[in-house]
Amino acid sequence: MNAPTAKDVLAGQVPVSYVELGQGPPILYLHGAGGPVPDAPFLKLLAEHGRVIAPTHPGFGRAVLPDWMDSIDDLAYVYLDLLEELDLRDVTVIGHSMGGWLAAEIAVKSTARIARLILVDAVGIKVSDRNTRDIADIFATAPADLQKLVFYDLSKAPDLSGLSDEAMEIVARNREASALYLWEPYAHNPKLPRRLHRIRVPVLFIWGESDGLVTPAYGQAFSERVPGSHFTVILKAGHVPQVEQPDEFVKLVAAFLSKR
Amino acid sequence: MRAWYFSENAYPYLPDPETYDSIRVTLPNRNFDPKIGAELYHRYLDEWQQAEDLGLDLMLNEHHQTATNLNPSAAVVLGALSRITKKARILVLGNPIGNRRDPVRVAEEMAMVDNYSRGRLEVGFVRGVPYEISPANSNPVRTADRLWEAHDLILKAWTTHDGPFNWEGRYFNYRQVNIWPRPYQQPRPPVWITATSTSQVAKVADFGHVAATFLTGFDQTKAIFDTYRDRRTETGQTTTEDRLAYAALVYTGDTDEAGFAGARKLLWYLSANKVAPQWKNPPGYASLKAAASLLRGASTAFDRSSTLEQLIETGIVFAGNPDTVYRQIAKHHAHVGGYGHLLMMGQAGFLEHDETVRGMTSFARDVYPRLKELLITA
Repeated sequence: MNAPTAKDVLAGQVPVSYVELGQGPPILYLHGAGGPVPDAPFLKLLAEHGRVIAPTHPGFGRAVLPDWMDSIDDLAYVYLDLLEELDLRDVTVIGHSMGGWLAAEIAVKSTARIARLILVDAVGIKVSDRNTRDIADIFATAPADLQKLVFYDLSKAPDLSGLSDEAMEIVARNREASALYLWEPYAHNPKLPRRLHRIRVPVLFIWGESDGLVTPAYGQAFSERVPGSHFTVILKAGHVPQVEQPDEFVKLVAAFLSKR
Repeated sequence: MRAWYFSENAYPYLPDPETYDSIRVTLPNRNFDPKIGAELYHRYLDEWQQAEDLGLDLMLNEHHQTATNLNPSAAVVLGALSRITKKARILVLGNPIGNRRDPVRVAEEMAMVDNYSRGRLEVGFVRGVPYEISPANSNPVRTADRLWEAHDLILKAWTTHDGPFNWEGRYFNYRQVNIWPRPYQQPRPPVWITATSTSQVAKVADFGHVAATFLTGFDQTKAIFDTYRDRRTETGQTTTEDRLAYAALVYTGDTDEAGFAGARKLLWYLSANKVAPQWKNPPGYASLKAAASLLRGASTAFDRSSTLEQLIETGIVFAGNPDTVYRQIAKHHAHVGGYGHLLMMGQAGFLEHDETVRGMTSFARDVYPRLKELLITA
């Protein structure tokens, strides 16, 4: 049960690959800069609460990258097209990290097909002054130090040394796509805070208590800029609470889904 | 063959490398003492002047946020050189237009220097080494595409003389491009582009620009030059040797021992290049295959710990007495199918002024005359 099925669809002009698992109300999961996680345990747990659709963003994994694409804005329109193409309604959009920024950009454009939003350790806005970096510079951080920022429990960090050449090239491709979308302004859209009032559906922020990439204080500040949103923290988790604490994560999601 | 004297204008007076992560990008500039630095600038300009007196042509480049090279603006150095020299050709290799924000500014600066020097300028364009990405803060993805669009724009700016043109491209936008001055050389200065792998060479060949390769040794250089020549043949063109250039570390002494001793000092250029992993492999800069192996911790073409003997063996250094140096270059030249320009790094690190001048003098007097006659005999 709940085995992910790989599917392809043309969203507008862009081919999108995704995995689908579970049945019921649609849940769109937008992955972060680390890349797609089609086999993650939390996706299987989520599938007990709905029909999970987890695409691979163009440029990540093995997904086609059209040469004109280079921004989160481009991705947002691709997923608005995807919602139409699959005729999804009352969708719960969950976005992690870069995917959280993407979810917010989608929602400020249109929530016509969106019922609620869950932003997990999301980036996308700037809250501090120009000399203060809100979001750790992942491209300027030595690989070993990066893991310390991402994980509460380093034993849960993936061991890249055992990867095949092909899998390592996918890691390199994910980094490349991340840079394409996040480089400048770094991991945020200066205009986004001026548009967040347009999100008129319920929004839940979920944050890893020990996130070293974007701190809970940043998450709180983000939440304060989204009217009516709620902010909650998962203990013993860093930047990827859905990976470090999948049960707690899905429990929070399920409680939010059950609210009317 | 033409020989070009090249110096990276390093600032070598640094603390123990154990005390810092990276000589590139992050080394604090409190380590730069302006009193020492100003003297170095003048010394390095003097050395280029002396190279000219010896009949050599001159080459310079630019790097940013690094003690390995004090020239973040090649245009400023070109301004000085074009005034203090009289006859040498001056090659900048190059302008890092893969990450430069404003290509029209580059077109203007180069046109100006071409006039200053009364037409002695050769203009190189480079994508820039990976550690240049952070100083420029430019997106490391698609830099080759940016380079080619900037290249097209600069050439159009140099060769358009009837008022403004419009440029609304993928990476650059201008609506009134109309540079003053226009270049001294007509229709434009010669263009060089670096190629350290075969991927971009065909395009360089299509334009008939000079393809230059740095420290790529025997087989990789041959692969790059073969790709250039094959492309020209495929498109019905010929390749003269003056379209190909090779850069190496070169030191000539009266004896082999003196030559090797000088060359060992040049190796500072390699050994001092301590670079933290995050600056070596910016995402999207290298091919996926190369990026993947760098993520595994692979070293780049030459290891910082390579010995002089290994580097001579692999064609990265030419050193010894004049006969030895000539034989090394001739062997390399024959192996790779010939080239018309030797770009010689003749100063680095703690190689002092008199040692630098001695090395270039021995080369100019006892090696260069023979190289000028060097031709590939089929």
